[in-house]
Amino acid sequence: MTPMSDAMPEIATDRQVDRSKMTVSAEVAVQIEKMNKWYGQFHVLRDIDLTVHRGERIVIAGPSGSGKSTLIRCINRLEEHQAGKIVVDGIELTNDLKNIDKVRSEVGMVFQHFNLFPHLTILENCTLAPIWVRKTPRKEAIETAMHFLEKVKIPEQANKYPGQLSGGQQQRVAIARSLCMRPRIMLFDEPTSALDPEMIKEVLDTMISLAEEGMTMLCVTHEMGFARQVANRVIFMDQGQIVEQNEPEEFFLNPKSDRTKLFLSQILGH
Amino acid sequence: MADTEHEFVRSQMLPALAPPSSQVGAVRWMRENLFSGWANTALTLISAYVVIHFLWGMAPWWLHAVWNASSLPDCRKIIQTDFGPHAEGACFAVVHERWKQLLYGFYPDTEYWRPNLALILMLAAIAPILFSHLPRKLLAFSALYPFIGYWLIWGGTIWFPVSALLGFVIGGVVFKLLAEKSAVVAAGAGIVIAALWWMFGESWLEAALHAALPISLPSVESRDIGGFLLSIIIGVSGITLSLPLGVLLALGRQSNMFFIRSVSIGFIEFIRGVPLITLLFTASLLLNYFLPPGTNFDLILRVVIMVTLFAAAYMAEVIRGGLAALPRGQYEAADALGLDYWKAQRLIIMPQALKISIPGIVNTFIGLFKDTTLVVFIGLLDPIGFINAIRATSEWNGIYWELYIFVGALFFVFCYGMSQYSMYLERKLRTDHR
Ligand SMILES: Nc1ncnc2c1ncn2[C@@H]1O[C@H](COP(=O)(O)OP(=O)(O)OP(=O)(O)O)[C@@H](O)[C@H]1O
Ligand SMILES: [Mg+2]
Repeated sequence: MTPMSDAMPEIATDRQVDRSKMTVSAEVAVQIEKMNKWYGQFHVLRDIDLTVHRGERIVIAGPSGSGKSTLIRCINRLEEHQAGKIVVDGIELTNDLKNIDKVRSEVGMVFQHFNLFPHLTILENCTLAPIWVRKTPRKEAIETAMHFLEKVKIPEQANKYPGQLSGGQQQRVAIARSLCMRPRIMLFDEPTSALDPEMIKEVLDTMISLAEEGMTMLCVTHEMGFARQVANRVIFMDQGQIVEQNEPEEFFLNPKSDRTKLFLSQILGH
Repeated sequence: MADTEHEFVRSQMLPALAPPSSQVGAVRWMRENLFSGWANTALTLISAYVVIHFLWGMAPWWLHAVWNASSLPDCRKIIQTDFGPHAEGACFAVVHERWKQLLYGFYPDTEYWRPNLALILMLAAIAPILFSHLPRKLLAFSALYPFIGYWLIWGGTIWFPVSALLGFVIGGVVFKLLAEKSAVVAAGAGIVIAALWWMFGESWLEAALHAALPISLPSVESRDIGGFLLSIIIGVSGITLSLPLGVLLALGRQSNMFFIRSVSIGFIEFIRGVPLITLLFTASLLLNYFLPPGTNFDLILRVVIMVTLFAAAYMAEVIRGGLAALPRGQYEAADALGLDYWKAQRLIIMPQALKISIPGIVNTFIGLFKDTTLVVFIGLLDPIGFINAIRATSEWNGIYWELYIFVGALFFVFCYGMSQYSMYLERKLRTDHR
């Protein structure tokens, strides 16, 4: 038998994670009920039920093609669901474009490939949505942008273009760009999987400090160390379904389903 | 196991030296580009021979050029007395004699200042569009320019362009008021109200204002406008109108709305499938049957419309190529930030798609500008029309190269200018730093 401590993933960062503000309130941030989605004939999400409370940090894991991306993209309606109900911040996602835009401006999203706007400077990337969507005065938008660029530790790059930055820096800009909209929920879709190992750490560090401030986060990631240190809940998906969810400790030490066990043994290399 | 044979430690750092002399400057360039290997050397020598032979043959023709003469026989006589009985030479005297027609057509001599001023103002209006570091406030002048330019060239009362402009203002205000509700409804209402204004309100206001304050220029008929002036009017209007129309068609072609998509595809495929000359004949002949009787639609305006539609169809396809080259992630990032469709298009998608499409767009512009010479077939007197007319006169019967060289050079200057500008723009917009 493997000793118990081996089953825990290695921690993602050496620093002490400050849990004082990581409090989960009773308020519901996202409510998903019996949600189903198809791509043509292909049933990609099946009967998803998920309630996210404000302040939760949820990590979603699962094998490739299990529908993780599709699930979080449904939350800001980058993908449309065909059955069931999704309520974000009290707004139900329907075909009503006004509601969709409202939800999108409350929910930040960070992509695997950053998706910065290459024709705009870092600063313009960060001020664009506040100015055009929130109608923030330009000066104020710039102040906010600089504040968040400092937070992600790259204020000196503000006037460069995305193409001049390293992958890790670009991803941190992408996080700052989302934060400039002052979102109440952040979605991350494999934010570190296009990065080199040394850059992964700087992005995870940024995400950890965000969690320390009490942000509600849903992260699709294979960084199990991050899940162990930051998440309050780990969700395991397979074949479009939520197979298992638990607190990180229990999830890693006592996986219940065989699929989860298999997945963990593969990803943690035991 | 230590492998002492491969051990090496540099004790002294090497200084940087200048490259060998055969590797720098003109010598190196010639070596690399003209004389690398025997095949390259042979080609260089053969080409040099051909070029020199060609220039040698051409040189007398250019050197014997005559600039002052009243007719072609006159010209020949001057050349023969000056350079011997068998000498040949260019007779640019025809350009000297007839340049006014080649440039202005039958525009009245006394009013030449008007097209000249219109051209200068046009350059001023285009400048802020072309060069983004100029103050953005100048764009207001660019927006007004079409009305100023129209008035200067065609003349008549100033209140006609003013009240026509008012139609745009009214339409714009209606759009602004309704845009909050639905952009499509607002655009429709704006267009309808503006059209109503032009049909019913415009002439009334024009008459009233003219009675109160008659400011006018002597009016010039469309049939008197010709030469290069005509090419520029058609070319510049076509270029400025076809780009926005092309953008709308490209977006329409990608739209989720079945009706809009079908109309866009049908339009693009139809226009691209028909030769421009057919459309021009349609403009000159058929439009009269379709339009309500009594409307006398100016021929130049009809040609501008046809040329614009033609170029817009090509433009739409060029821009579609640019749109297709954009990664999906750009749309998703714009959506995820809460930008609506039009804002995402304007701020994220179009700036990038247009940038990718610059070479194709300028290609279409240049093609359009040169295609303006086709109007000669429907009886408009563009420079080619005047060349035909001049060659048919008894004085200049038989002249050939000189006129075409002159007109060709004029077109070349404009087209080369556009091409150079597009290179500048591509360099300036290069932010990907790959
Ligand atoms: N636009 C689409 N059309 C059709 N099928 C799709 C589409 N997008 C995704 N799929 C399919 O849906 C399934 C789930 O895709 P999804 O991207 O959500 O998986 P994932 O769990 O994020 O995988 P990965 O870890 O590889 O990112 C996959 O089988 C995929 O092939
Ligand atoms: Mg995915």
